[in-house]
Amino acid sequence: MLTLIIPLLNSIPGLSGYIFPNEYELQWSILIVIYPYLTGLVAGAFILASLERVFKVEALKPIYRLSLLTALAFMFIAPLPLLAHLGHPERSFEMFLTPHSSSAMAMFGFVYAWYLMVVLLLEIWFDYRKDIVIWSNEKTGFMKYLYKLLTLGATDISEKAVAFDNKIGKIITIIGIPSAFLLHGYVGFIFGSIKANPWWSSVLMPIVFLFSAIVSGIALMLIVFMITSMIRWKSISMKCLNKLAELLFYTMLVDFTLELLDFIHRLYESEESITILSQMISNRLFISLIITQIIIGSLIPMLGLIFGRFGKLPDELRRMIYFISAILVQVGIFSTRWNVVIGGQLFSKSFRGLTTYKLDIFGLEGLLVSVVLLVAPIGILWVLTKVLPPWDTDAEVAKQVKDMSADATTESI
Amino acid sequence: MKKENKTIRPEIERRAFLKNCSKTLPSLLFLVASFDVQSILAQENSSYDASKHNYAMGINIHKCIGCARCADACKTENKVPREPHYFRTWVERYVIPENGEPIVDSPNGGINGYPEIYEKRNIDSTFFVPKLCNHCINAPCVQVCPVGATFATEDGVVLVDPKWCVGCRYCIQACPYGARYLNPTTEVADKCTFCYHRITDGKLPVCVEICPTQTRIFGEKGKKSSPLRRFFKFNDIHTLKPGLNTKPKVYYAGLDGEVI
Repeated sequence: MLTLIIPLLNSIPGLSGYIFPNEYELQWSILIVIYPYLTGLVAGAFILASLERVFKVEALKPIYRLSLLTALAFMFIAPLPLLAHLGHPERSFEMFLTPHSSSAMAMFGFVYAWYLMVVLLLEIWFDYRKDIVIWSNEKTGFMKYLYKLLTLGATDISEKAVAFDNKIGKIITIIGIPSAFLLHGYVGFIFGSIKANPWWSSVLMPIVFLFSAIVSGIALMLIVFMITSMIRWKSISMKCLNKLAELLFYTMLVDFTLELLDFIHRLYESEESITILSQMISNRLFISLIITQIIIGSLIPMLGLIFGRFGKLPDELRRMIYFISAILVQVGIFSTRWNVVIGGQLFSKSFRGLTTYKLDIFGLEGLLVSVVLLVAPIGILWVLTKVLPPWDTDAEVAKQVKDMSADATTESI
Repeated sequence: MKKENKTIRPEIERRAFLKNCSKTLPSLLFLVASFDVQSILAQENSSYDASKHNYAMGINIHKCIGCARCADACKTENKVPREPHYFRTWVERYVIPENGEPIVDSPNGGINGYPEIYEKRNIDSTFFVPKLCNHCINAPCVQVCPVGATFATEDGVVLVDPKWCVGCRYCIQACPYGARYLNPTTEVADKCTFCYHRITDGKLPVCVEICPTQTRIFGEKGKKSSPLRRFFKFNDIHTLKPGLNTKPKVYYAGLDGEVI
């Protein structure tokens, strides 16, 4: 058997140069690509929601609640790929019970728990509490009891109580912003702090992760907002869309600049690993890095956003450009995660060889499971919007339309 | 006289004596049984004091003939999977031409030998480099393990607790030397232990014992009687990737600059 395998080793397609014998098997598969991607969407959607709440960006009001629910829906799924990837998932709880304080990964469990329990759930609860109490009185049957349960016994909706809710909600959001920064900055740190891996080891990693998270979160909310409005046959607030497109463009600009800086810095410093990294970029990562991430995922949507936002275009065309740009951004950010996680394992730590990654279709770490993990948050979001409708009532929409037309008249004057 | 003796020595009747004996014998047996027999048998091990040792390994590259008996014996001794991609130790071959990039390989860790190289360029030097876990003083794998399953022992060996490891593979990513792998049967991280079960028993690691040329020297740092002392004294010592500040405890003599 072995005599058959060994001559084959040198001829495995995709392997070139010398890699350490233990490096033939890629350790972190597509599941670990999905994990930072989902976490980034959570952090991005939340940061967008807090813009409205803390910085009073009025135009974003229609998507405030929707962003929170989206963040929650993705948050539920985010740890699943990690769990599925463990050799012993049944021992995963040890990370909470016997955490190793010097490990970035162990501490991440607490950051995640803090964010889910203290920030997201609390903020959503305080924001919805008044509505939940009202619904628990209006609805009948099972839903009535569900809402009664969700009130957690706090049924006081006097003006004073609601004012208190708002105050606490705001405080939580203020705590929430650094927490969201921490959440995704931390994911970057998990990779950036590995000195053994020159592709990962960079002080810019947490910051690049953070900005790409905000980019992906805003693009996601653009898509979710447009699709949900379409499904509900409601006219979409162009003011909100324009604001989203603007924010998306600015954050993309920062993100792209940071990544470019990282790239130029590496090239200029030209350390020991530069030869193998250049080989990797020009051979293994050419499509996913140069074509998908930089051209399709960054440059084209940025141009699209400039053209769509600042060009004189009809709203229809504008919407279409925004939508396509946002989809391209998602593709770009996903390939960013891919290039970090998979790219970091395609070269040997001997700096003498490249290996290859073959994605399975079936199996726990295959394509099908990945698609399920990526689609599942959308299903969860659908359930969440049924239980906690994030939409404005018709009266509120009418008021917004009135405000908008007032704005339009003042602008034209 | 006879009378006096009789008064001094208290007389114990035979019957009473036997009766007492029948009482003490079971209690004596009970006393013996209450000792943990295993702990008496294992006395040799419990007398082992980890704090008195600081293990390290020296590798003399000039002596290595690339037979890779060490890699083979290690797989047998430590039940490392026989498939070619799992190694606690392996031997790399370096062929350094006059001009251009060196040729490096280690097919199946060197266990089945190396293919012949028909090189048209002039060859400057060729040599073999045995590799294994460096049992670093600042071990990155120990630092990153989220549950503390990878730990450094008091006697300076880095070990993995297979009953505690969650199999997240973060340590494998953090090791700059590619010394770790995920054991496909146990689904936990695995690597060289310096044959911890042997060294705490006073034996040598199996790779050291089997090496026909005494390429590998096992001993203790900072002990006068250790064979490592002579090794340090008569050789120029280098470690792998010193720039990463991992402080390896596998020391190489005759290490070429091309070896990473």
